[in-house]
Amino acid sequence: MSDKIKSSSLWSDAWVRLRKNKLATASLFLVIFILIACFILRWFLPHDPNFANLEAKFQAPSFKHWLGTDQLGRDLLARILDGGQISLLVAILATIITVFTGVIYGSVAGYIGGWVQNFMMRIVDGLLALPFLVIVILMREMISVWVESGESFFTQSLRMDEDFVRRFANIIPLIFAIAAFGWLSMGRIVCTQAANLVQMEYIEAARSLGLTHWTIVKRHIIPNLLGTVIIYATLTVPSFILYEATLSFIGMGIEPPNSSWGMLIKEGANLIEIHPNLLIFPAIMFSLTLFGFNFLGDGLRDALDPKTAKD
Amino acid sequence: MIKAILSRIAQTALVVFLLVTICFFIVHALPGNPFEGEKAVSDVVIQKMEESFGLDKSKPVQLLNYWSNLFLTGDMGMSMNFKGTPVSTILGQSFPISFQLGLVAMIFGCGIGMPLGIIAALYKNKFPDYLAMIVAMAGICLPAFVIGPLLQLFVAKPIPFLNIAGWMQPQDILLPALTLGFGVAAYIARLMRGGMLEVLGQDYIRTARAKGVTTSDIIFKHALRPAISPAITYLGPAFAAVMTGSFIVETIFQIPGMGQHFIDAVIAKDIFLILGLVLFYGILMGLANLAVDILLLFLNPRLRA
Repeated sequence: MSDKIKSSSLWSDAWVRLRKNKLATASLFLVIFILIACFILRWFLPHDPNFANLEAKFQAPSFKHWLGTDQLGRDLLARILDGGQISLLVAILATIITVFTGVIYGSVAGYIGGWVQNFMMRIVDGLLALPFLVIVILMREMISVWVESGESFFTQSLRMDEDFVRRFANIIPLIFAIAAFGWLSMGRIVCTQAANLVQMEYIEAARSLGLTHWTIVKRHIIPNLLGTVIIYATLTVPSFILYEATLSFIGMGIEPPNSSWGMLIKEGANLIEIHPNLLIFPAIMFSLTLFGFNFLGDGLRDALDPKTAKD
Repeated sequence: MIKAILSRIAQTALVVFLLVTICFFIVHALPGNPFEGEKAVSDVVIQKMEESFGLDKSKPVQLLNYWSNLFLTGDMGMSMNFKGTPVSTILGQSFPISFQLGLVAMIFGCGIGMPLGIIAALYKNKFPDYLAMIVAMAGICLPAFVIGPLLQLFVAKPIPFLNIAGWMQPQDILLPALTLGFGVAAYIARLMRGGMLEVLGQDYIRTARAKGVTTSDIIFKHALRPAISPAITYLGPAFAAVMTGSFIVETIFQIPGMGQHFIDAVIAKDIFLILGLVLFYGILMGLANLAVDILLLFLNPRLRA
C-alpha cells in the first residue's frame, strides 16, 4: 500500500514540475497537436494528398489550398500531413522496438552484472562504433528482399488490399533497419541504471525476503527505470524522424507513391529556385516537430530526474 | 598509457574486421545482379563476368580471398559499375574530397560551437545564453537537407563569388562545410555550456576570483581545460557523423565524394566498391575515436595512470 502512494506522488510531482516549465508544456501541446493533425485531421481534409491536377500546379497559398499546390497540382497541406503520418509512424514504431530491445537487453545485463554485463556491453560498444547510416542503408536493402518475398502471401493468401500492403512493405524495412542499430544507446543507458539499482539496499532486502529474480526485476528494477526510459524514448523519436528523412532524402528510404517529410523536402529542394514554398512549408513542419520532441524530452528530464536537472 | 592506446588499436581493428565481414554477407543478400545494366545481358556473359570477379566461388572462399588480397597486396578488387576501375583508384579520388569537407566542417563546428557555449555559460539565464541556446537548438532541429538548400538560395545565389553547387574552385568548400558544421556546432555549444557551468561552480574558481584573477584569465587559464572534456569526447562521434552526413551534403552541392559513390554502389550492387567504402568508413571512425582518446589523455592527467 505504502509503495503505491509513494510511486504515485513521484509521478504527480514530476507532472507539477513539467507544468511549471513553460517551454516543455508548450512543446507537449505542440507534439500532441502535430500527432492529432497527422493522424486524425488528415482524414478530414477536403483534398486527397495524391490527387494530381496539372491545371492547378504551383499555386500560391489561397483559401482553397491553404499552403498552395505542388508540381503536380497536389494540395501541399494534405501532402504534409500525409507525409507526417508516415514519418511519425516510422519513428514511433522504431522507437517502440528500440525501447523493448534496449530495456530487456540492458536490464538483463545490468541485473546479472559481472563478466556477463561486461561482455554484453562490449558488444554494444562494438556495434556503436560502426558507421550508423552506412549500415542502416545496407540493412534496409537486405530486409526489403525478405519483405518483398512475403508480400504475395498477404495480397494473395490473406487477400489484403494491395495498396495497403505495398504501403507497409515500403516502411517496414526502414523501421527495422533503424531499430536494428538504434537500440544500442538505450541498452547502454538502461544497463548502467540497472547495475546501479541492483546495488541498492532495498533490492538486497527483496532478495533476502526470497523474491524471485523475475519478481525483483518486474516490481523494483523496471518501475525505477521507467523515468529514464520515458525521457530517452522521447529524445529517440526526433532522432529517428531525422534518420527517416535523411534516408528518404538520398533516395534510400520511403519510395513513391508513399511520401514522408524527407521526400517532400527533397522534392522542394529540387524546386527551391522557382517555388521555395515547396521546401519551406514542409521544413517548418518538420523542424517544429523536432523542436517539440527535443524540448519535451529536455523538460521531462528536468521533471523526472531533478537531481541531474540543469540549473 | 601506451598499453591503453595499443589495446584501443586492437579493438578498432577487430571492429573493422567484423564490420566488413557482416557487410560482406549483407551485400551478397542484396537483390539484383551487379552486371545487369540497362541493356539486357545474356546468362553466358553474366557467368563469365562472375568468374572474372571470383563470384562463382562459395561465400567463405570469396571472403577469404578478399581479406588475403587486401592484406598481401593491398588490392581491394575492381569496381563492377565503373568497368575495370580498381576500387583503390575510386577511393583515392573521392576520399580526399570527403575528408577535406569533413575537416573544414569540424573546424566550423568547433569555431562556432565553442565560443557560443562559453558565452552561454558566462551569461547563464540571461539574454546571450538564451540566444546561444536557440541557435544551438536550431542546429539540432534544422538538418543539413533544410539548411543546405536555404544557403544555396539566400547566400550562394546573391553572392557571385560563391557557386550554388559543384566542386571546381577552392571557395566551393565553404557552404557545404558550413551546412555540415552547423549541426556539430549546436552539440558542441550545448556540451561546452554544460562543461563550463560545472567548472565555474567549483571552489577553485571561486578562490581564483577571490584572489582577483581577471575574468579572461579565469576562463582561459583555469576553466577551459577541464570544461572542454565533454566537447572533446563528442568530437569522435561528431567526425564520424560528419563523414557519413556528407551523403546529404554531397547530394545537395553535387560534390564527387565518398557518399555519392556509396549510394550509387548500393543501388548498382557494386560489391567490392561497397566493401571498400565500408572498410574506409570503419577505419575513419576508429581513428577518430582513437585520436579523441589520446587527446583526452593529454588534457586530463588523471586518466594517464
